[in-house]
Amino acid sequence: MMSDILGHLNYWLSTLLLLIGLHGMLIRPNLVKKLMAMNVMQVAVIMFFISLAVKTGGTAPIEQHSDAHTAPQAAAYINPLPHALMLTAIVVGVSTTGVALALLIQIYRHYGTLEEPEILERMQE
Amino acid sequence: MTAHAPVLIVVIPLVMAVLVPLVALRSAQWARILVLLALLGAMTCAAIALTQTLSTGPWHYQLGGWEPPWGIEYVLDPLSSGMALLISAVAILVAIYAGPHLSGWAASRSGIFSSLFLLLNTGLLGIVVTGDFFNLYVFLEISSLAAYALLASGTIQATVAAFRYLIIGTIAATFYLLGVGYLYALTGTLNMADVAARLPTVANSSPFFVAVIFIAVGLSIKAALFPMHGWLPDAYAYAPPTIIGFISAVMAKVSVYALFRVLYFVLRPAEIVGQTLTVLSWAAAIAILAGSLLAVAQRDIRRMLAYSSVGQMGYIMLGLALGTRAALIGALLHMLNHAIMKGCLFLVAGGVQWRTGSCNLDDFAGISRRMPFTMAAFVVAAISMIGLPPTAGFFSKWYLVTGAIQVHAWVFVAVLIGSSLLSAVYFFRVIEWAYLHAPEHNATPTLRRQDLPVQMLMPILLLATGVLLLGLFNQTVISHVIQYALPQGGF
Repeated sequence: MMSDILGHLNYWLSTLLLLIGLHGMLIRPNLVKKLMAMNVMQVAVIMFFISLAVKTGGTAPIEQHSDAHTAPQAAAYINPLPHALMLTAIVVGVSTTGVALALLIQIYRHYGTLEEPEILERMQE
Repeated sequence: MTAHAPVLIVVIPLVMAVLVPLVALRSAQWARILVLLALLGAMTCAAIALTQTLSTGPWHYQLGGWEPPWGIEYVLDPLSSGMALLISAVAILVAIYAGPHLSGWAASRSGIFSSLFLLLNTGLLGIVVTGDFFNLYVFLEISSLAAYALLASGTIQATVAAFRYLIIGTIAATFYLLGVGYLYALTGTLNMADVAARLPTVANSSPFFVAVIFIAVGLSIKAALFPMHGWLPDAYAYAPPTIIGFISAVMAKVSVYALFRVLYFVLRPAEIVGQTLTVLSWAAAIAILAGSLLAVAQRDIRRMLAYSSVGQMGYIMLGLALGTRAALIGALLHMLNHAIMKGCLFLVAGGVQWRTGSCNLDDFAGISRRMPFTMAAFVVAAISMIGLPPTAGFFSKWYLVTGAIQVHAWVFVAVLIGSSLLSAVYFFRVIEWAYLHAPEHNATPTLRRQDLPVQMLMPILLLATGVLLLGLFNQTVISHVIQYALPQGGF
């Protein structure tokens, strides 16, 4: 059991982060905290993808000794694809955060608060 | 040019989305023309692709010349090019309809609105044509981000609704991405066709179950399948009326399309997918009933239409989940029908709101005398929603019920018929108010005819005509397009 957890520590941690983020987004009444929880959740997925790419002792996938006679040693390099994907996912996350903050500024200017129950109450008026 | 039609479907709206706000600063007129030209270009490419794939089979387009599975590939088959054609056609009508709304805005604001509308189209068209899991995620987020911003351009309540939608939408997208991560870990590829080829070796492992469930839940939230529909009614009720016609008609359907594509064309042989579909079919049945019941309880027409959309998405989902040939035909036909009739209804609701200032049932009193053409279109679309012949809605429901009977799913047959009765209740109530109630004297001092401007009326009437034509020629549509869009060997 213990080795199971320690051997896959980053996966356990990313699952934990995912749950923390999900909990925050669903439970927290404050809209900014919801947004922060959203970022935590996105980071959890980024960690998950990056963990997939890791190889113990692997290096960056740049062919240093260019030699036409030997095939590149794929096993020696970490997998670059998840990193590239997560670069895109980070950009998506930043844009989402940007749009969300812009919306929050508008909401705050109008209602003077960012507590969801209060806003919903005043929306009914 | 023709050889690059698949990628042009996405590229034209994307490039124009950048140009339009700049042009709008000089001339709002030219900006509007550019929007229409961009959508027309995308529609032409989709039409070319559709005729091509119907005659020669699926069309694989490699981006940048990289062969799949290394590069990203766009796959156009009758299903995806048909969807692209539907999206761009509805988008053109909505863009025309938006004209009078936008002309009252400042040039920079209307330019940005048009730009976001084109970006939304880029995202939706991209989801439809792509053959790559991660590319689908990116397009999903492009369309969602554009949609959040467009929704927020309404009143301040719309901004709150857009923020809540953003939170839920991001949960959905993150779930989808996580599911894709599991699939990638198992198969080492993101290309849909390649995943399908490697499926047999992994289909019984538990990470694969997790992947299927995360993807199904994520896309179901995006499609607002009950009980994950919470964000939808507020978003639909407060958003600017022009944009809601498009979002309700097309956007939720694209998520269902993505789910259909992934479950049926990529992962279908796996046992877990069958079980997922069973769960989805029950969720859909509950969605149909709950959506219809909640719609009856609403007095705001837009909220009523929004809950009715929840129910109608249930119809489509139920057809897909049942999975017999008739049910799948019914689901795809209903996707097409619902896009057209719900688009029409929301445009009418937006038009009434534009004229009277609000959109409650009381505002519809005697409105048929004031806006006769608009309300005639509403009646046609409403009859189709209820499912009376000869309108389009009857035939898709007919196929859905046939599909349910074939697998002896009597509960679902009862649900389908019962919900039609409920929709008769809430649509006839509106028609009754519009035609039989006299308007309150103090509310509308003038009773003279004052229909919508031509720019707004024409799209509404075209959609209403579309409802009738689809009903009359549904056999042609099925035998020439839809039956080729079904997955092969899935029955």
